[in-house]
Amino acid sequence: MQQLWLIPLLPLAGFALNGLFGRRFSKTVINAIAVGSVLLAFLWVLKSLNSLGAFSGGGLEVPHVEHYFTWIQSGVLNISVDFAVDRLTAVMLLIVTGIGTLIHIYAVGYMAHESGYYRFFAYLNLFMFFMLTLVLAQNFLLLFVGWEGVGLCSYLLIGFYFSEKFATDAGNKAFIVNRIGDFGFSLAIFLIAIHFGSLDFGSVFSQAKNLPIETSPGWITAIALLLLVGATGKSAQIPLYVWLPDAMAGPTPVSALIHAATMVTAGVYMVARSSSIFLHSPMALEIVTIIGIATAFFAATIGLVQNDIKKVFAYSTVSQLGYMFVGLGTGAFSAGIFHVMTHAFFKALLFLGAGSVIHALSGEQDLRQMGGLARKIPITCVVLLCASLAIAGVPGTSGYFSKDLILESAYQYAPWIYWVGVLTAGMTAFYVFRAFFMAFTGEYRGNKHPHESPFVMWGPLAVLAALSLGGGFINIPKYLEPMFPLSEGTLPGFVALTPAVFGFAGIGLAYILYVLAPGLPESIANAFRPVYTLLYNKYFVDEAYDSAVVNPTIDGSRSLLWRTIDAGAIDGTVNGVGKTARSIGGVLRHLQSGYIRSYAGWVVAGAILVVIVMGLKGVM
Amino acid sequence: MVDAILFLLFAAIAVVCAINLVVQTHPISSALSLVGVMGALALIYLQLGGEFIAAAQLIVYAGAIMVLFIFVIMLLNAGKERKLPRRLWVTYAGVPLLAGFIGVAAFVIERMLPPSPGAKFGAMTHGNPQEIGRSLFQVYLLPFEVTSVLILIAILGAVVLASKEVE
Amino acid sequence: MPEISLPQSVPLTWYLILSAILFTLGVAGFLFRRNVITVFMSIELMLNAVNLSFVTFSYKYKQVDGHIFSFFVMVVAAAEAAVGLAIILTIFKNRQTLEIDEVSSLKN
Repeated sequence: MQQLWLIPLLPLAGFALNGLFGRRFSKTVINAIAVGSVLLAFLWVLKSLNSLGAFSGGGLEVPHVEHYFTWIQSGVLNISVDFAVDRLTAVMLLIVTGIGTLIHIYAVGYMAHESGYYRFFAYLNLFMFFMLTLVLAQNFLLLFVGWEGVGLCSYLLIGFYFSEKFATDAGNKAFIVNRIGDFGFSLAIFLIAIHFGSLDFGSVFSQAKNLPIETSPGWITAIALLLLVGATGKSAQIPLYVWLPDAMAGPTPVSALIHAATMVTAGVYMVARSSSIFLHSPMALEIVTIIGIATAFFAATIGLVQNDIKKVFAYSTVSQLGYMFVGLGTGAFSAGIFHVMTHAFFKALLFLGAGSVIHALSGEQDLRQMGGLARKIPITCVVLLCASLAIAGVPGTSGYFSKDLILESAYQYAPWIYWVGVLTAGMTAFYVFRAFFMAFTGEYRGNKHPHESPFVMWGPLAVLAALSLGGGFINIPKYLEPMFPLSEGTLPGFVALTPAVFGFAGIGLAYILYVLAPGLPESIANAFRPVYTLLYNKYFVDEAYDSAVVNPTIDGSRSLLWRTIDAGAIDGTVNGVGKTARSIGGVLRHLQSGYIRSYAGWVVAGAILVVIVMGLKGVM
Repeated sequence: MVDAILFLLFAAIAVVCAINLVVQTHPISSALSLVGVMGALALIYLQLGGEFIAAAQLIVYAGAIMVLFIFVIMLLNAGKERKLPRRLWVTYAGVPLLAGFIGVAAFVIERMLPPSPGAKFGAMTHGNPQEIGRSLFQVYLLPFEVTSVLILIAILGAVVLASKEVE
Repeated sequence: MPEISLPQSVPLTWYLILSAILFTLGVAGFLFRRNVITVFMSIELMLNAVNLSFVTFSYKYKQVDGHIFSFFVMVVAAAEAAVGLAIILTIFKNRQTLEIDEVSSLKN
């Protein structure tokens, strides 16, 4: 018994303390509780994994399950609160707690001047609790609890600046779109309960191994597709990705932690965990792949022309998540998880670095107002350069290894996916370096006074930079081999090299357009004005959703449900009861006329009625 | 046969007096008609063998209660009742309706009662005071005592209500 | 003289019909007269009609219980008459009227 329950409960205690009493604590105490709880959780993870032999090769081949108590016992359905650790969980735990700790430390510096300081850290701790529950859960329902919980915390944190309408709107959008995905996930859970008779991972997946592979749509495909719906909601794939760019309204540490490193990878984790089910439905895997590659390409094209630095990185996240789904869909589950880890490193670094830039410029986020910051905030410049190299897939960086693995698997699955992926990699390099050059090279175009961030902020950045560059050498796929067998087969030589070539090409193109010939992007945009407008406005997807889904729902709700049913029928019935009582009373009032003779008349009338009835009964 | 004739005679007297009671405007006339009704009824009771009841009717009802009524009428100096303007059709519809109702009631009664031997004078011998007394003090003792309490309460109530206010 | 054949003994239903007639007349007087004392007397008429009915049934079953009941009715009528007339006296003292329609302060 490793007391795994401590891992989520330490942040929960942090949330309780900061949430209830944080108003009275000094900043130091809040920091100690918030950062301390997550740091302790991380250390406990290290300790537990060490005891289970996870770090010495050969440990944790069998999941280590800890049973706490039975939650629901209803007929054949027996759901208990169990936490379990296997190699996949170990990787996720390390990512979540490790990067979580770094971001908590960073946030101490970033949020130093914000109001609601304690509230922020309380929510952040709550998020850690739910995310760790999600990762440690050993049955679908407990996972769903964590799933919903991180959605809630995402809503709370996106809308952290609750006095700004666009922030609360973004929070609502995130939660509602997530809900649609959750609906799919719930249906999947129901189907799993029906078909497998249990929601426990051990039971479900061991049964799933013995199922035949479905070549035509059947219930396994249904379950897999519904799980996919949930994953697209949480991991921002087509069609439910629209909340992620808007979620940039939240504070930058939130964007880094939740919308880059941890929450959005929950969908990837869930699909990887359910690999046994997906492997038995090739049709579902194909759909996963297609959605992944489409999202990757689509989001990258939007990211090419965005001017808000956080929006560029948001679309980059969507695109990279698409890559992870390609990895999962082509059967390389471990490659997908590997990319989760490396993406967590460099994307968190990108966001935190962007936060550092924004902090330096006292809130400026528009790339067109930046420039020449390399001299003014050198540390931030260096770490962002590391992150950009990693995401562009420059050989040797972590991003190179993971992206390459995915693309190799894609090539084995279907070459056209490989080529689209390579093109997307080129675009990725381009837009990341476009942002980098626009921000750090040339002359400063704004009017603020840039200053470097404090150590509490660039310290974590340095750690992440090291991980982004060197993290690729942690051979996760080998580590996960017992769970996700690696594919054999040799590939042509160009498969490994071409992404790097495209990456360099992208960097080069960005250099040309934004360093050497600064007027060129403007003229290209003018030449391709319709394309530019389409990309700049995100393909008008939000507007399309608005007119197709959102407005009809609101109108229908307003006219039908509100006016007709609620005000008309329900209120009408309730008021009608009152009105009826009143009118009956109005009629009966005449009985009380005060005239004795009218009373007498009523008495006689009643007596006559009785006599008639008795007479009729007697005569019959 | 004689029973029938006597019954019809007294019944006629009773009905005529009752109609008179309802129709007369001055309360004194109504009171005297009521006395007539009670007398006729007392004679009918005799025919049914209720000797005690007949005597009690005359002594208590006609003798005491009606006298009380007449005292009150004379005390209050009640005059004739004002005649309300009444629409003509009410008068013309009321009487036949009343008669019709009575007819229906009679018919129903006729149907409902199983055939039984008619009443002859002298056929009932249990109405004498011994029987009444025996039943009253043995079977119906409790109601008897309770009614005595009731009368006491009535006396108290009447005294309180009708007394002059003490200044 | 035309021979009207009357039954040898009076059928009991005739008594009951007489009771019904008297009762109905009492109800009519109770409803349609406006003088309070006349209304009271109509009530007494109704009670008498009921007494007749009791005595008739007592004859039918040759038992004395009907007479006893009739006796009790008389007692209660006496008590009721006493109290009722006292009330009428009070009303007359307060309102100087014997019209039943005037006593309507419970209106509405």
